[in-house]
Formats: sequence, C-alpha cells, structure tokens
Amino acid sequence: MAISPGQLLEMPRQRLGDSIRFYPAGGAPKGSAMGGAAPGMTPQDHFMVAAPVAAGREAALRLLLASMNAAPGTADPGNAVVPFGAFERLHFARLVILDDALQADLRAHGVEPERLPACLAFIGDCDGPAGAVLADMAARAGPGLRRIFAHCEGWDEHGDLLAWMRAHDRRSAASYVNWVGRTVLQIREEHALQRALAARVPRQPATMPGGAERVRKELRAYVAAEIAAGRLALTPPAPPPLGWKLAKLAHLVAVPLLGLLAMPFLILLSPFLVVLLRMRETRDPEVCPRPAGADLAALREQEDLEISNQYTALGPAKPGRFRRWLLSSLLVVVNYACRHICTRGFLGRVQTIHFAHWIFFDDKTRVVFVSNYDGSHQGYMDDFINKVGWGLNLIFSNGVGWPRTRWLVLGGARIEQKFKYFQRRHQVPTQVWYKAYPGLALVDMKRNHRIREGIEQPSMTDAQALAWLRLL
Amino acid sequence: MSAPLSVELEDIQGLVSFGYKHHTEAAFLLLRVRDGGIEEARRWLRTVSVSTSEKVESPPETALQIAFTSDGMRALGVPDSIVEGFSDEFVTGMGQDANQARRLGDVGANDPARWLWGAGARVPHAAVLLYALPGRLAEFQRWVEAQCQPGFELMACLATSNLDDVEPFGFTDGISQPRLDWERRRPARDAEQPAYTNLSCLGEYLLGYPNEYGGYTDRPLLDPTGAAASLPRAEDDPSRADLGRNGSYLVLRQLGQDVHGFWRFVDRAAGGDAARRERLASAMVGRTREGDSLVGGNDEKIEGGDPPGGKNAFTYRSDPHGLRCPFGAHVRRSNPRNADLPPGPPGILSWAKRTLGFDAGARERDLVASTRFHRLLRRGREYGPCVPVEQAIAQPGGGEQPGLHFICLGANLARQFEFVQNAWAMGLHFEGLPGESDPLLGTRAAAPDGTPTDGFSIQRADGPDERVTGLPQFVTVLGGAYFFLPGIRALRFLATPR
Repeated sequence: MAISPGQLLEMPRQRLGDSIRFYPAGGAPKGSAMGGAAPGMTPQDHFMVAAPVAAGREAALRLLLASMNAAPGTADPGNAVVPFGAFERLHFARLVILDDALQADLRAHGVEPERLPACLAFIGDCDGPAGAVLADMAARAGPGLRRIFAHCEGWDEHGDLLAWMRAHDRRSAASYVNWVGRTVLQIREEHALQRALAARVPRQPATMPGGAERVRKELRAYVAAEIAAGRLALTPPAPPPLGWKLAKLAHLVAVPLLGLLAMPFLILLSPFLVVLLRMRETRDPEVCPRPAGADLAALREQEDLEISNQYTALGPAKPGRFRRWLLSSLLVVVNYACRHICTRGFLGRVQTIHFAHWIFFDDKTRVVFVSNYDGSHQGYMDDFINKVGWGLNLIFSNGVGWPRTRWLVLGGARIEQKFKYFQRRHQVPTQVWYKAYPGLALVDMKRNHRIREGIEQPSMTDAQALAWLRLL
Repeated sequence: MSAPLSVELEDIQGLVSFGYKHHTEAAFLLLRVRDGGIEEARRWLRTVSVSTSEKVESPPETALQIAFTSDGMRALGVPDSIVEGFSDEFVTGMGQDANQARRLGDVGANDPARWLWGAGARVPHAAVLLYALPGRLAEFQRWVEAQCQPGFELMACLATSNLDDVEPFGFTDGISQPRLDWERRRPARDAEQPAYTNLSCLGEYLLGYPNEYGGYTDRPLLDPTGAAASLPRAEDDPSRADLGRNGSYLVLRQLGQDVHGFWRFVDRAAGGDAARRERLASAMVGRTREGDSLVGGNDEKIEGGDPPGGKNAFTYRSDPHGLRCPFGAHVRRSNPRNADLPPGPPGILSWAKRTLGFDAGARERDLVASTRFHRLLRRGREYGPCVPVEQAIAQPGGGEQPGLHFICLGANLARQFEFVQNAWAMGLHFEGLPGESDPLLGTRAAAPDGTPTDGFSIQRADGPDERVTGLPQFVTVLGGAYFFLPGIRALRFLATPR
C-alpha cells in the first residue's frame, strides 16, 4: 500500500500535521544537552517503601515474593500479587530484602555494629509523581500489597494501605534518570514506530529515486496513515507540571547559592580538610575479601535473563562526622548533576544506566545503591572502572572497606580485583524485579526517539533526511 | 635488569610464547585420572617433558603442553583450599552454570547438555596438547598415550588438520594477536592509554605479573613450606609461594562449522553472483579471504603492531560509521581496536569534556569498551576436511563436519574470554546495532521480546543499512572447558603426593 509520489504531493500539509499531531511551534522538542526545560515532558519520579521485616516472617515473605516470579528474580508482569504490567506509568520496580550482613565490617573501624533487622524495600521508577502511582497501585493491587506488607513490623491489618506506604516512603539522597521526560508510553510507541519503519524503508539504493527526503516523506505519509488507522500512535508529551518546573528551578539556583555561601569557609578550612581526608585515605582499612562462591551463584542465577540487569547493594558508611558530612555533600552534588546536567542519556561516560538511586538508611549510617543497567554485570563493572572510576570513588570511598583511594578520585575502583570483590560482596539478590519494556536497551530508545523526531519534521534537506534514514 | 622485572621463560609453557606454527600436526588429548590411578597420574606429571618458552635454535621435533581443569586438580588430590584460590570462573568450570551459558550463547544447539565433551560426566581432567613437525605426530602421540595410560584414561582425542592458516569457512585466520611485553617495558601502573595499542602487559596472560591496570589477578598464594617451597615467590608478596605465576588460563572450545550452510546462505543472499557473494562473506568476516582488512589503508603506526603495510596496521578510527567494514563484522566485534577514550581534538579541555561525557560526538563513539582490557591470545587449530567454496555451494553437506578447536589464553577469564564472547560476539547491541549478534558465531535465538536476531546490517553512506536477514546458525559449540596451563614448577607441585 505504498503511497505514490503523486499522492504524497497532493496530500495537504495540514492533514498530515493533524494526524501526526505536531507540536505547537518549532517542531519536535529538542532536549538540550544541558538539560534545559523542554517544551513538553512528564518528569520521572521514584518511590522506596521500606520497613523492617517482622520477627519470624522473613521465610514466609521470601516464599510469597518468589511466587511473583516467572524466572529467578524476574517478575511475571501479570502475577497475581502485584501485576506490575498493569501499571502503565511504571518503568522498573523491585522488591528486595536488605540484610545487615556487612555491618560486621564496622569492626575494622573499631565500632561494634548494632544488630539491624532485615528490611523489605519496594522500589520503583515511574512517570509523574510517585504518590499518584502508589495510589493507583493501592487501588488496583491493594490485596496483594497488603499480603506483602503484612510481613513487616508495624503493619496494621485494618489501616489504610496508601497512608502506610506513604509513611514508609523515603526520598533518595541522589537519583539518576537516563532521559528525563521519556515515559513508558513514549518508549513503547516509539519502539512500534521504529519496527514499522524498519520493515518498510527501502534498503536498496536503486529504490530511492528523487533523493532521501522524498523517501522520508513517503514514510511520513505512511506513518500518518498508520496513525489514522489506529495501528501506530505518537502521543504528544504532556506539559511538565508547573510545580515540578518551579521546584527544579529553585533547586537549580539554591544549591549553587548555598555552595557560594559555604565557599569562604571551605576555602579557609581547605588545608585542614585536605589533611583530614588524606589521613583517612591512608589509614582507613580496606575490606575486600573474595565473596563466597555460593553467594555469587545466587546473584548470577538472576542475571542475564534479559538485555538489562538490576543491581542492589548496601553497606555501612564509614563512621565519624567527617565522612558523614563529606558523603552527604557529595551526594548533594551528584543529585544536582543528575537533576540539571546529566538528563540526556549519560552519567559521565556511562550510557547504559536506566535509573540509579543512592538512599540513606538508619540515620545515614548505611547507604543503599540500586540501579538498572544494560548488558552483563561484568561489562557494567568494567564500564564503572574504565569510564567513571573517579566518580565511584567520590561517593563509595566513604563506605567501609572501599579499596584505597588517593585524593578522593584516584585509585579505589581502579584497583580492579579488590573493587570487583567489593561490589559483588556488597550486592544482595533482588527477590522480584520488573522491567516494563523487555528486550529494549537504552541505545534502542535513543535511536527510536531520533526516528520519531525525524518523522515529525515537516521538511528536511536531503542530507538531513539521509542521516535520518540511516537510523532505520 | 632488576630482579622483580625478570621473566622465567624456562618456567612458562611454550604455548604462551609460540603458536607452534612449524608444528603443522597437532592433537589434543582429553584425559581423566583413572579411579585408583592417582599415584600413577602424579608420577607421569612429575616426569613428563614439557616444552617451555625458552628460545631455541631450531624447533624441536615435538612439543607437549599440559593443562588442568578444576575438576582435574581435585582429582589429583589438590586440596579445595588451593583450587579455590583460582578465579571463580575456573573453579566453576565451563558448561556447569546456567547463567554462564546464557552469557556465552551456550543455549539451544550450543547447550552444554548436547556437547560431545565438557559437561556432566564428560568433563576432562587434563588436556595434553601435542604438536609435531610434519610426519612426526603419530609416533609421538602413541608414545605419550602409552606413557600416561597407567594414570589416565583417554576420554577424547581432538584431532586437528593443517589448513595452512585458513579456517574452514575459507578465511585466513590468526592474523591478529596481541604482542606480549616480555621485556616488561611498560611500567606496571594504572595509566590511560590515549591510542589503541597492540602491546599487552604480561599480566594479561600470565598470572603473577602486573596487568593493564598495574595490578595482580588473584591466584593461590601458599605458605612457602614443604612442596610449595619449590614454587616461585609472589612478586607482590615475596613471603608467599605463587602457584599461579607463569601459568595462564586456557579456554578450549570445539566449534563445529557448517561450511556448506555458510556458503549456500551467502550464495543465495547474493543471488548466485560470485562477486557479490565474496563481498557479502567478506563483510560478515570483516576481512577478505586473503586476510586483508576491509578498512584499507594499512599504514597506521600502532604500538606493538605490524609495521605499516602489514595486515594489522589499522584501526577502525578512519571508519567511524562502519561504511567500509560493517560494525557487526566478526573481526570488528572480536577486536574493536579502540583506545581508552574516544578520539577528539588535542588539549586538556577536549580531554576533560570527553572524560566527563559532555562531548556528544565522543559519546556516539563510546559504546564499546576499551580493547586493551579484553584481548585474547589465540592458539586454536582447525580440524576436519577442507571444503572448497564451490563444493560447499554445490553440495548440501552431510559429510564429516570441519571446525575449530578454539583455544585462547588469558589471566582473567571473566574480563577476557567471557566478556568478548558475551558483550562483543553475542551482544545484540554492539556499537548500537539494532539486535543482531556475530554473523558467524550468533545463535540467532530470538530476543526476550520475541524480536528475531538473525540479521546482519551493512552500513551504507547512501541510505539505510542494507540488512541481510534469516541467517541460520553457522557455528555450533560441541564441547568446551576452562583449563589452567601451569608454570613448570607449578605443574610439578600439583603432581606432588600429599
């Protein structure tokens, strides 16, 4: 059902525009590389509902969580307890039991660890405010969520589920979103668009008479027809909520202002702070024993069932006020960078992380790190070492046992063997993990979005059209 | 030369240094320690003559190399506490772990459950690699088999053929190898390499030496008492005896190659046109059958590389869009020849931008990990009959299937062999490709969302990628195991009675 060039020329521009639903002005939104506000987007949010597991209930909880899975650690999207697949705004979700196994490492600092109860965490990344998604879940998966949280301390069987979840929801200290504004709906629609166009685009040079732009316009007309027929959809992005924009703007300004205010003191204190840091860096104990084979096997069992994998790790922060303040300030900086700078597909040189969160626990004495990434664990760790080892050191060298750093950024993660043991030893199995778009990697989403931007352009030069065609 | 920089060539098995190219005849014996034969097995291992890396005037008539699996070490009575000092991948072994199978593409037709050897009860304990000058193998092999017979049973004998450095599909093979820094010229420290280098630290292939990070890979370090007193001392901890020093992990995989299937598919895709057929096959491999790279311009100066004009004096830097050599070509996937940082203009500002990820152009070319951490020292040998292309096309096959006994050496199985096999060969998004794996090695198993992965994209300047679809599986894994190729003193130590 190819549209002949003649037909295409006769097709009024307005009609095409209506069916593809162009943006009001200026064509497709151009996300600035520096994270400036785009004309339309739904920001992503996260939740982390965490509560201690009630005494004696952990085994039963593990059984219940396992019943939600289609494969080890991987949720069945339609499982009867929480059918994650029914929630269209949910990107990733996980249920994980956080234990206190590594608290014992504190003894290396001469601190006798406090015994902590195992903690259940329900973590998710979603489009729009997390509160709304939690409410939706409470409404549509209430009984299942109640069954889960009934294993936690302080659960009230007759209480309000949503109020309980909100009361136990905690904010991250820092969060990274690969592409701020890219919704689940958009990912799915753009994937369908890419598949349709890749199947249709002529792949022989001889079939491109009249140049690349003509081919692109034919494809554009095809997409318009498919949209009209209801076989494809390209929902325009919703305008960003005003409150979110204002909060972001306030954060954009406030953090550097606070930094400026603190600057004179920091400059005055810097020789002293540097000495404090170097003293600690040279004396802090390394705790990087090799993880046990059985623990590794338990982690591996859940991995590589999909193009993406999950990572959950936790460990004690180094004791003392210096490390506490350093870690808190650095996470403020990381969060600032993630919120305002690294919003378009990259965290430093790493382009394979979907979402990542650093979350304080137990009065900032422990940090939980969770992420969703593309590729195998080995590749993820090699990327960490080779591309952002300095960034890892900034944050994680404040954790007990991290391989020795120099000047906060050197060494550390680059000490390959110790780093690889450290991170695997701090990882805990994730009992239930859900991804809304199996098989899709971030490179796919990025390409698919460019394809969409191209199809929404009313006209292009032949050179631009050729570059666009090469995406297909 | 100061003491810590020494290299004990006489303690290193020859395979690390030499490909034994003069020894055109070879056979790989897969052995298991006989029940009750442990003493006999140890006795043979203590006395067997093993060729080393020492330079000799003329090639010896025959050469013998020996390597053990972790099961083999245990069968020889090596305590678990020592075996478990080796890497987790070695201790677990190949073909024993479902996650590893998923990562390596050992699924479907490659499933270890279907292997001829290497899984279940068919895990070899030792591999004895025999190399001989033309006409000398048969007698040598008979002699070795008779010598080891009291302690070992012969589980399988992997025969090889001499196809004159051409692998069964008909392409010149073994052209690209890392060059080992035997003189230890590169300082053992962690430093960014701004350009692709073919020179590799010894520690990438030999345990007990610093690797590309300037660090040592974990290996069993023992109290230097008793039998262990004869072992070399650890360079990074001289109070310990180093069982790993001068040894290397050896990956052996038997890869069956469907030569008829390959050429018949390529011929059909090319519409029976001989020139197009040749072009498509070369695009899939990334080299012509003669071994010339498709990027052309073999005149780059590469540290530790061929002199300009050689078949290896190139990188893909001049072909950033895959227009001459497709991104997905087998040799481009196996060795992407990139540096630690994507290229950019000189100056600290550009360096900082690229390092922090703020250079959008550099990010586009930063999808593939830095090559120097993922090199393989290949020592494989072909087996089976030579099938000329015309014959492969004319006949549907069915006779004896040729293939490759793939062998590679490395000090880090996870970061080298497993990474290359997983992320680069089996990876569906190598260089951002839209869901396809290695055109030669791919399993074609559908992606998790059901999308087929049986395509091969050829990037073009004048339009969308040309896409060949419906690729069948050409290479099938028929067996495999992880071995440790010990240093000579370590070999004798492993064979000591306990």
